[in-house]
Formats: sequence, structure tokens, C-alpha cells
Amino acid sequence: MPASLSARLCSLALSLLLIAFALPAFAGPFEDGVAKFANDDFSDTEEAISVVAGSGNKLAFPIISALQDGRLMADPDSKKVYVTGADGKSIDAATGEAVASVPDSASAVRLNNRLRRSVDAALGSLTLQSPDVGTRLQAAQSVFKSHEETALEAVDAAIAKETNRSVKAALGEARAAILLFKADASELEKLEAVATLKARGDQEAMALLTGMGDQPASVTKAAASAIGSIQSSLAIWSSVQNAWYGLSLGSVLLLAAIGLAITFGVMGVINMAHGEMVMIGAYTTFVVQEVIRTRYPALFDYSLLIAVPLAFVVAGAIGVLIERSIIRFLYGRPLETLLATWGLSLVLQQAVRTMFGPTNREVGNPSWMSGAFELGQITITYNRLWILVFTLAVFAILLAMLRYTALGLEMRAVTQNRRMAASMGIATSRVDALTFGLGSGIAGIAGVALSQIDNVSPNLGQSYIIDSFMVVVFGGVGNLWGTLVGAFTLGIANKFLEPVAGAVLGKIAILVLIILFIQKRPRGLFALKGRAVEA
Amino acid sequence: MLSKSIHDIAASFSRRGVLAATAGLMLGLAPLTGATAADTIKVGVLHSLSGTMAISETTLKDTILFLIDEQNKKGGVNGKKLEAVVVDPASNWPLFAEKARELITKEKVSVVFGCWTSVSRKSVLPVFKELNSILFYPVQYEGEESERNVFYTGAAPNQQAIPAVDYLMKEEKVKRWVLAGTDYVYPRTTNKILEAYLKSKGVAQEDIMINYTPFGHSDWQTIVADIKKFGSAGKKTAVVSTINGDANVPFYKELGNQGIKAKDIPVVAFSVGEEELAGIDTKPLVGHLAAWNYFQSIKSPENEKFIKAWQAYTKNPKRVTNDPMEAHVIGFDMWVKAVEKVKSTDPDKVIDALPGIEAKNLTGGVSKMLPNHHITKPVFIGEIKGNGQFDVVWKTPGLVAGDAWSKELDGSKDLIGDWVGKKCGNFNTKTNKCLGSGS
Repeated sequence: MPASLSARLCSLALSLLLIAFALPAFAGPFEDGVAKFANDDFSDTEEAISVVAGSGNKLAFPIISALQDGRLMADPDSKKVYVTGADGKSIDAATGEAVASVPDSASAVRLNNRLRRSVDAALGSLTLQSPDVGTRLQAAQSVFKSHEETALEAVDAAIAKETNRSVKAALGEARAAILLFKADASELEKLEAVATLKARGDQEAMALLTGMGDQPASVTKAAASAIGSIQSSLAIWSSVQNAWYGLSLGSVLLLAAIGLAITFGVMGVINMAHGEMVMIGAYTTFVVQEVIRTRYPALFDYSLLIAVPLAFVVAGAIGVLIERSIIRFLYGRPLETLLATWGLSLVLQQAVRTMFGPTNREVGNPSWMSGAFELGQITITYNRLWILVFTLAVFAILLAMLRYTALGLEMRAVTQNRRMAASMGIATSRVDALTFGLGSGIAGIAGVALSQIDNVSPNLGQSYIIDSFMVVVFGGVGNLWGTLVGAFTLGIANKFLEPVAGAVLGKIAILVLIILFIQKRPRGLFALKGRAVEA
Repeated sequence: MLSKSIHDIAASFSRRGVLAATAGLMLGLAPLTGATAADTIKVGVLHSLSGTMAISETTLKDTILFLIDEQNKKGGVNGKKLEAVVVDPASNWPLFAEKARELITKEKVSVVFGCWTSVSRKSVLPVFKELNSILFYPVQYEGEESERNVFYTGAAPNQQAIPAVDYLMKEEKVKRWVLAGTDYVYPRTTNKILEAYLKSKGVAQEDIMINYTPFGHSDWQTIVADIKKFGSAGKKTAVVSTINGDANVPFYKELGNQGIKAKDIPVVAFSVGEEELAGIDTKPLVGHLAAWNYFQSIKSPENEKFIKAWQAYTKNPKRVTNDPMEAHVIGFDMWVKAVEKVKSTDPDKVIDALPGIEAKNLTGGVSKMLPNHHITKPVFIGEIKGNGQFDVVWKTPGLVAGDAWSKELDGSKDLIGDWVGKKCGNFNTKTNKCLGSGS
């Protein structure tokens, strides 16, 4: 009975259709995959990522990117998964329908490092054709990193459409990385891939070439020569990198020592509390940032600019106070000055510890001081670069001040010949206080910059005091240019020694070299000539 | 005069130790002695409240004061109130020994909770042995020690370092290892143990890079670049960090700035806890790992109750808790139970009673004091989250018993500590002889 059979088939199809409509959540692998996010199990989440990313569903991108940002919420009770948007609105991840609110029992799907790599790889192939150039570039780079075979089609499709040159190059590299690891790629394709990676020439390319496993003989040979050429170019870059690190360390040393070059170098006061002035500057930055965070969050990127003058004023005022209350009674008695300022440094540390607590305080990096950029094959971090620029600026301003202002003239006069200066009508004790205040204020400014790369804790200053004295003594007491040259020499020497000798031995070697140098030239690199030496 | 001042500076550095000691003495808090009535039991607290280590140790002092306060609310111990005697050894190792002597002979404390660095513990050891008193040491350390007068409530290497390496091998499939540490006894011994362990698992010498840095190292550019280079050999690489204290903040900042993400080269740290992270913006560090026996984020009724009470006691709703604090909680509880068991604070009786005593830890298990004076603990691997807390991604199935002597090192694999049966801290099981640290 064919008629009745077809009628039955019809009704069967109808009822199947009805079931499919009634239970959309169980309709396909995509929905099953999404539901796995709710299991709070890392292996299930990994499976879910690969199912969702490979589904071709238009919800795949919002789901995976929400997962990356911790906006994918899963309810373990109902096994439902939601995507919360940046605007606070939520959708059901399986259906894409908007939901009024995410239940309280839902929590963000957890990730570990393995999953973060899968998320990156998945997002990479999903965003290869994004309208935004930056996103496309990033996508090409994450595909390069994960170099999974499954992405090859997407990469090829993207290359065909790509118009931007740098993105196209990145896609080409990603393609090469995939082909290199693809078992059934032809020898010719692999040789081309090796050539592409050789042209890229960085550590990541080398990592792929060294880790590629068994290959045809010709490919292995080409890879070996590519590795050789990358290595030799990286070796040159590595000494450029050492020089840059040296400059950067030198700038930190200079910044820490520059205030001491005034109090110790120009005035001859052995100021063991110098490091604590640096610390006070760093804590001023912390206070400024706290106020900005709570009251004016929009100003956060300017917090350091605001902190610089404040740190100068606070540390400078404390410096003047110290000079007036302690140091002026001790001129010409270096041992007593040393003991008094050492005691003072402990008092200041403990005072800060009592006020702010013994633990580190968080000083944030403004956005323009975070991250790094690549220059050839070396990484230059923005915070180090800005510190170098800032240090040189502080140095130039200080030099100009000493040379061209009336106060600078008086300072030089008093340090060169106190009695003569006094008889010319200069109020020497006032100049003493201001000079000490200037040195302390500059140490405070240094604290603002150092808060960006070091701990803000009561011990901050201690770690810089020995280095600062080293720089000033090595460069030549009383000579600002000597401090500059001394700091950069020590920084660069340290950074070229460190890769060879290790950090601990490198430091010891530098100390030994300085001691030997001081034996030969007790007055440092640039000794002051004339009467100042006897003063 | 100027060249003379240079010599003065050089001389001053050699004198700095002495100066620091005197200054520390002047600044050190006078013991907080209250009524010296005989109806109290005195508990010594030997943690640095000034100097470099104050950053970590101040919290532990507060923890003991808090625990004593709670115990006194419950009526004290054996019908007597507890009384804290706090001294400040000022991060100065010889001063630790002096202050320990002062606590035991002058203040007549029944027990001391204290020390953080291994060198401070080594410095007080002879004092505790000579005067026969009890020290509870709450910090993870390098092992290779079992003393009759010391109870080690922190992790031994097999309760922290080895499980962490196992996790990286199994879960992250790590093949290349950077062992980075501060240059002193704890990282050196731990790395020696780890190196032996990795080699026993078939890791080649060229796949292990060992790096030491001075205390408070702040310029990490070269080392981070080296790690990056070492990690680009085509094999999955991880860093095992025994970097201590202040050096961590600049290290993590440099990692973040040079763009080393946890998903590329994860760092697992043994000395970075909630307290240390409080000083860093942790967003660039998400995914880096730490191995501990306790995390503040662990959900258990005991932990929630403890955190609530602690934050109420310190009047700071954001105050964090950490692993060494939990070690003090367990150690204090064990000591109270032992004193109640023998109804006395006599050191010999309490020392003999402690092994076998059990106390609830804050992560939902029960820790037990072992005959080698170490305790059983669970091991957790936590990932740093954006809010400065940890998300537990792995834990050992059960509690791990602390080994006083590492099984990985040739010199110590046959040794055990057993203060119950053998009455010996370094008993050689091969030759059946006690090597001298007997009672």
C-alpha cells in the first residue's frame, strides 16, 4: 500500500520536525558543544572550544571571545551558557536569544594556560577576515604560533582576499608555519616555508625550525642553514640588546645618583639617608595615584606628571628640614654626618613602615608606560625608554640650573670658597639649606620614576644607596658630568658582564673593578681641579 | 677632605652590620609584657617587625596575636590564659638568636612561633637546643633538617616543588626548564633537588637552565631576555621560580612588559602568595602559577570562617591571608592540643606528645604531626587571577607527608627523621645508625 506508506512517512517527517522545533537545544553538535562549557572541567571546555570554533555558527566568534575575556557565564545547575556583552546585555550562547538576566548561580567559565592557547588558536582562525587590520594581524600571528593544520583553509582564503601588505606577510608566515608541520605537504612547499621563516629571522621562527621534527633530507638541510643564518644575525642583535640594557640600567643608576651628586658631590655631605628621599618620592607617587584612583580616575595617565613636582616639593622640604635640624651642626665632621644620616635613614624607613604598612604598595603603570615595541630583533619596553628620556631631561635641567641661575651661581660659589662667598654677601647657610633641599628634591623625582620599575616598600631606598655612592665616587666627586659618564659606564659594563658571568658574579666583578680603579685614581673619572679639592 | 670621605664610606660599609644591629636594638620593640602573674602561659613571637623581612613577617606576628586572642575567648589552655610576648629581631640574623634567648630565659615562654628565612632558623637552632624549648617554623623551606626542638609546619620540597614540577610535566607538557632563584640556601637546595628529580625523569642537561640573582635584584632585563631565548628552542618551556621577596615585583613587571605570557612560558613560583601580589597589578600576570598548601580562594567552611574572623580582628575587610599564616594556624592548634593532652607546658612532655596530634587545616582536611616533626599537607597549584587572588587548577588527591630528608639527593635519600621510635633526626636506614642529631 504505497499511499498509506507515504502518508506514514509524511507524518513521521512532520513529527520529527516538531521534535526538532520543540527541543532546539539538542538539535546539533554546536549546542552540545556549548553545553559542555557548563561542566567546569578543563577537558570538556577544550572539547567545547574545538566544536564551537569548527561549527561555522555565527555565534562562534562572540562565544570564544567572551570566553577569552571571562564574559562567558555558565550555570552548573541548568547547564545553560550565557554570553555577557561589554554593555551588560546577555544572550543565550546556544540560541543567540537575548535573556533578561544571567542567574546568580552562573559563574565565568574557567581557563588554564592550555585552554588559553586553544582559545587563541580558535580566535585566530575566526578573525582572519575581520574588517579591522589590527585584529587581522593579531589573528595571523596567533595562527603562526599555533600552526594547526585545520587553519590552513582559512589562511588560504584570507591570503586571497588580503590587501594590506604587512597582514599579507604575516599570513604568509602563518601558512609557512602550518606547511612546515603538515605531514603530507610537498617537499617544495616545505622548502618555500623554510625560506619564508628564514626571512622572518626571529626567535620564534628559529623555535619552529628547531622543533619541526622529521623532514625530508633537503628540508632538514635548508632548515639547518636557515637556523645558522638566523643565529648569526641574532648574535649581533644580542650585543645591541646588551648595549640598550646597559643604557637603561645606566639611566636608573644616574637617576638614583644624581641627587647624591649634589648633596655628596657638591656639598661633601655623606648622606646615607639619600635612598630614603628616593623612597619618599615613590610614596608620594603612591599617594597621588590613590587620590586619583578614588576621585579622578580619568586623570590616571597623568598621575606621574602630577607626582613629579609634588615629589620634588615633599622630598625637598624634608631635605631642607634635615639640613636645618641636623646636618648644619655637623659640617666638616664626615664620620658623625655618616652616623647621623644612617640613623636618620632607619627612622624614616620605620616612620613610613608605620604610616603605610610594611607591605609593598601598588603603583600602577600609566598606559603609555606599559608594554614594549620591537626594534629589529630587540624588545624595547616603554617604561625603560621613558625613564632614560626622563633621566636625561632631569640631568639637563639640573646642569642648566647650576650654570645659568643665580641660585646655581651661589651654590658653586659657596662650595668653591665658602668664606670668600660669605664676604661677597651670599647668605651661605641659606644656600646650604637650599642646595641640600635641591639634592633631596631630585632624589624624590627619581623615586617617581623608580616606582615604575621597583617595589614601593620602605626598603626601596636601601637598594639604591650603595649603587649611588658607587656611581658618584667612580665618576668623580663634585662633577655632574662625571656622574653621567660613571652611571652609563657602570650600567653598560654590568650588562655585558651579566650574560657571561651571571648576575651575582657580574655585580662582584663590577665592585672589584671599581675598587681597583679607585686605587689608581682616587678622585674618580673626572677629578675636579683647583681649589675645590682642598675645600 | 673629599678623598678622605671616600675612605670613610668604604669603612662604613664594613661597619654597617654592627650599626644595623645597634640601630635595630634601639628601634626594637620592648617586649609587650603585661601582668606577669603566674596564671598565664607565655607564648613567644619571634618575627621581624622592621628591616627587609618585615614585609612578610609582620603578618605572622598579627596571626599569632589573633590566634591567642581567639583561644583566650575560649577560656585559654588548661584553665590558664595565654599571653603573647612579642620581640623584634629586625631582620638581623644574629639578633634572632639573642632575642630567642631573651624569650626563653628572661620571659620564660613555653613555646615560640617564629622565623621566616632559613638563615634565621639556623641562627636560633643552637639556642633552642641548649635551652630545650620549642619552635614552630611556618614557612616552606629547603628540607634536609629535622631537629627535636623544632616543628616544621611549612612545606618541605616534596610538598611543594616536586608536585609543581609534576603538574607542569603532565598538564603543560613542559620539556625545558628554567630554575631561577635568589642566591641563598633555600633556592640552591631546592634547585639541587629539582635538578636531580628532572634528570631522573629523563630531562637532558641542556634542557635545564639554572640562574641565580642577588637579593633585591631589580634589573631583570637580561635575565628575562635570556629566558625568552631559552624558550625558543622549539620545546615547551617553563620557569620554576624560587625568587624571594622584593625581587619578585620587578621580575613580574619585566615579564609583563617584554610580553612573556603565561600561555607561552608559564612561571611557577614557590615564594609568591597573596601578600606579595598585593603590590602588583596582576592583569598582565594572569595564568602564571604558584604552588602552595593553602590559597585564600579555596572554598571550605573552615577557611571562610577564618578569613571572616581575621578580617574582623584586623578591622580591614581587604586583608588577605596566605600559606604561612595557615601553617601557624595548624601549628598553634597542634600545640594547644598537645599541651591539653599532657596537661603541662613542660617542653619534654609537649615535644613527645606532638607527633601524632591532628589538627584541621583550612582547606577541608586534617593535618597530622609526623615523627620527623613535619606535617601532612595537601598541595595546590593556583593560577594568578586579575584580582590578585589564585584560582586552584590542580591539587594532589590526598595529603602529602613532609619528607625531612629529600629522596632525590644522594646524600640524604637513606636518611629519615624519627623522634618517636629512633629518637633521632638523621637516622640512616641503610646502616641503621643515628648520624649524631639524637636526643
